[in-house]
Amino acid sequence: MELKKIMFYPGCTLKGVAKNLEDSTVESARVLGYDFVELPNWTCCGAVYGLAQDSVKFTIANVRNLIRAKEYAEEIGDNRLVAVCSMCYNNLRRAHIDVMKNRDRLKTLNIFMDEEPDYNGEIEVLHYLQFLKDVVGLSNVKKCVKKPLKGLKVAPYYGCLLLRPKEVAIDDMEDPHILEDLLKALGAEVVDYPLKNECCGSYHTVDKREFVAERTYKLVSVAKEVGADVIATSCPLCFFNLDRRQEIAKDKHHEFEYMPIVYFTQLMAIAFGIVSEEVLHFDRHFVSPEGVLSKWL
Amino acid sequence: MAMKRIGVFICHCGRNIAGTVDVKRVAEEIGKREDVALSTTYIFMCSEPGQKLIEESIKKYNLDGVVVANCSPTLHEKTMRNAAARGGLNPYRVEIANIREWAAWPHEDNPEAATRKAIRIINATIEKLKANASLEPIEVPVIRRALVIGGGVSGIQAALDIADAGIETILVEREPSIGGNMFRLSETFPTLDCPQCILTPKMNDVAQHPNIKLYTYSEVVDVSGYMGNFKVKIKKKKTFVDWDKCTGCGECLRVCPITVKSEYDLGMGNRKAIYIVNEQAVPLKALIDEETCIRLKFEKKVREGKIKPKKNITICSKCADVCEPDAIHFKDNEEIVEEEVGAIIVATGYEIMPAEAFPELGGKYPDVITALQFERLLAPSGPTAGIPRRPSDGKVPKKIAFLHCVGSRDPEHGVPYCSRICCMYLIKQAMLYKHALPDGEAYNFYIDIRSNGKGYEEFYVRAKEEYGVNFIRGKVSKVYKVGDKYRVQGVDTLTGRIVEVDVDMVVLATAATGSSGVKELAKILRIPYDEWGWLKETHLKLRPLETPVAGVFIAGSSQFIKDITDSVSQASGAAAKAMAMLSQPKLEKEPILAKVDTEICAGCGRCKDQCAYGAISIDPVRHVAVVNEALCEGCGACSANCPTTAIQVVNFKKGQIIRAVDILAEVF
Amino acid sequence: MKYTIKEDPHKKEEVKEIMELSGQNIFKCIQCGRCSSGCPMAEFMDILPNQVFMLLQEGDVDTLLQANTPWICAACFTCTVRCPVGLDLAAVMEALREVQLRKNYDYVDPYKVEERDILPPIALVSNFRKFTP
Repeated sequence: MELKKIMFYPGCTLKGVAKNLEDSTVESARVLGYDFVELPNWTCCGAVYGLAQDSVKFTIANVRNLIRAKEYAEEIGDNRLVAVCSMCYNNLRRAHIDVMKNRDRLKTLNIFMDEEPDYNGEIEVLHYLQFLKDVVGLSNVKKCVKKPLKGLKVAPYYGCLLLRPKEVAIDDMEDPHILEDLLKALGAEVVDYPLKNECCGSYHTVDKREFVAERTYKLVSVAKEVGADVIATSCPLCFFNLDRRQEIAKDKHHEFEYMPIVYFTQLMAIAFGIVSEEVLHFDRHFVSPEGVLSKWL
Repeated sequence: MAMKRIGVFICHCGRNIAGTVDVKRVAEEIGKREDVALSTTYIFMCSEPGQKLIEESIKKYNLDGVVVANCSPTLHEKTMRNAAARGGLNPYRVEIANIREWAAWPHEDNPEAATRKAIRIINATIEKLKANASLEPIEVPVIRRALVIGGGVSGIQAALDIADAGIETILVEREPSIGGNMFRLSETFPTLDCPQCILTPKMNDVAQHPNIKLYTYSEVVDVSGYMGNFKVKIKKKKTFVDWDKCTGCGECLRVCPITVKSEYDLGMGNRKAIYIVNEQAVPLKALIDEETCIRLKFEKKVREGKIKPKKNITICSKCADVCEPDAIHFKDNEEIVEEEVGAIIVATGYEIMPAEAFPELGGKYPDVITALQFERLLAPSGPTAGIPRRPSDGKVPKKIAFLHCVGSRDPEHGVPYCSRICCMYLIKQAMLYKHALPDGEAYNFYIDIRSNGKGYEEFYVRAKEEYGVNFIRGKVSKVYKVGDKYRVQGVDTLTGRIVEVDVDMVVLATAATGSSGVKELAKILRIPYDEWGWLKETHLKLRPLETPVAGVFIAGSSQFIKDITDSVSQASGAAAKAMAMLSQPKLEKEPILAKVDTEICAGCGRCKDQCAYGAISIDPVRHVAVVNEALCEGCGACSANCPTTAIQVVNFKKGQIIRAVDILAEVF
Repeated sequence: MKYTIKEDPHKKEEVKEIMELSGQNIFKCIQCGRCSSGCPMAEFMDILPNQVFMLLQEGDVDTLLQANTPWICAACFTCTVRCPVGLDLAAVMEALREVQLRKNYDYVDPYKVEERDILPPIALVSNFRKFTP
């Protein structure tokens, strides 16, 4: 079967620490009939969007990425750019909306990057969840499921950047269900996780890891209380904070119990019957999910 | 005949006009005109001496027209016209030149320009005035009956006031019983009266009043006509029970096998498919809900051909079997009745936003409810006999969080205004909860405490001192369920700390909006409304009970959310206005109406299509447009569309307007 | 504790600077507190987000520049989406950081960062972008 080529923006973290996210994304897309080709010459998105009104320098990198996408789009005949890292998605989409709304900013950037072709809003930035819902269709996802995740209780975790600010939200900000719908299509049992859109602590994990550990403690404890076996996330930073910082959380709160964290794409891969370590990279997890997922591995 | 002796009176309006416009110079310039017999200034034309000046000048100078150059005609046109009438001049030979809002106020920084503009405005007004005709008000008869739409406390009060004055009143209520939202409450603030006890006497008065005709479970579906002469179509909705025979004994409810959630209890309690809204309903009659009654659902499917029974089966007739007066007939008894009235009062009340609109506050959980729902749990006649219980498991909550300002004062997620009554009712609910459960803990999270009525602040003090209600200043951001409890994430902005508390139940004071369906009713009545369903008054400060449609008044929370005291006051006010209208033998209508020149009119009908009031018809024999003067409101839309200028509004003829515009546009 | 108001906060240059940098009219804030009650990091801040706005409304930018609040903010935008009057608080926090960072101030010393082999690159990039000039 010929696979449809779709532009894929991995972002820096997926190429290294979060290889499990990249490989499970690309392999699951392959099963669904799509060849996620890596955008040539992409650069780092910058992770956070600059909010100061007087400076456009934080938008340069993202507009340049969109220009790269525009050129590649002409080659493969498709203007959609899919990202799976929440931060990359947020930055690319915000940059696109920002320059479309503030045309003088776009003009400044186009003039500044005079060695590049102009960007005029040609690219549609999508998160993988939106791609699955709107382009693939959840019924098609269901058709590809070989091992339904029946009996696995999953807490869906969106974090911040998939839902905020409003202009980039992939679903309702307070009560989203796009990730739940996907997990249900995989056959999993979705628990009602009230903290699904609360912040993990983000970049404070670098210099204030105790604060992040408190957030980890709260988020994982409540997931356990509502009956989850595992938390499914989309962002490598959320993954790191929820997974690795459990060590400090246990150190400070002795009653705390570990819970494995996974990417929703890993669950997709497993449900599609892909269980090799080359794709899932469970060795990169601090809390191993092998025990909880053993039934399907 | 064009006027030749016009009197021009230029008002100083204190410093409002004279501070910018050189009124003496204006008077001098205007006085140079040949058709102006008198051009003078006075400090306050609206004062008694000012008006006397007009009266006496008319006689002294034999004036045949008057221009008063002062403020907006919406303020004093009537005053000046009445003064002229007293002086012996037809009031429609008086025009206002607005040199305050149009010349003095917008150009305070350029007095020279303002003065020249004032002169131009007065010249234009004179040109328009010159061709005015003397007019007499049109008399319309009055039907001495009133209609009140809405049977809550406001509607009840208005109906009683009008009926007590000896005027027949029709009261239409869309629920099976009158009483409205007030009847649902547990107690009223700040008096802690039992609302059922204080309202049932009035409800019974309504039912038994010789001058009140009560339609419940009915809705107004069409209104035509004009002030003093409205034709109203009322739909009596289907009850499937003969209310002339039903005694309200309640035997049918006992045997009905179908139980559903009760709308009256807002989902906090149950009713049967055949039901009486509550034990004190007025009228006390049973009705069947065709969505849930299995027999009616079956019969409907048979009618639609979805089910083809092999023989004639009766699915269920348990209720009819026990009905002694044989009132239950299961037949569609929907009916349209027509009534004629002279005045209408709209008292359709309010509703509050549902808890589900606030998912971040746990709105989807069964124990996170709105304040109106909590009233049902506190009401002694409610589904839990006055002891609040959790809807989820029926346990008595030991801790309750009361959240103020949910959706109110929130332009981003709700409504921009303050919903006025919530602070007081939440304080009341916290007090009543503590009264029922002295060991219970009440936590009120607020932004401001708005206690600005008589006895309100003292009530708040009582809650704190006598009942031990906790008040924490800060708006709650999130509520979520952890095990059996609800975790409230709040803040105390005064001590500067995040505050968290685990409670058993959360009560949300959600924002108030106009009742559902009010926009459709407003369209039928042709009265304006805003985006939240509040009906628009003519003037917020001075005429809060009137609408732009003469003869239609508003009262109570339909105009804007308010407490019972204000609702009752407004109801009596609206009743007084209706009675003022209905107690006159004839009503006078402004004669500034459309008139057809039948020599020119070709009967094309474009004017008829434009008329929002249905006032124009085309005579089939003479093939010309005919204006019903009683319906016409003089808006001029017909005239703007007429290709031959055959139809025009008197004293606003095309020539008059064009001449005035020519002068105003001279400067270009 | 006493604060003497010497100048109308609406006229103060420091306040205007924050408003321009963030593009927000901080005087819209009605002090409801929803930003603070929803903030995931508020329990670690010495001045709450709503108090930041009150200090701004009184013109006291100096106290704000000494507070740890802008450096505890995680830029999660929960406050922005919950604010009833539509203020972008995250932008104001950024402005408070920027006025200090632009004076060549390092809140974080990149050389002192530990765990460099396991930290995801986005953690380092975002941290340095928010906390270094």
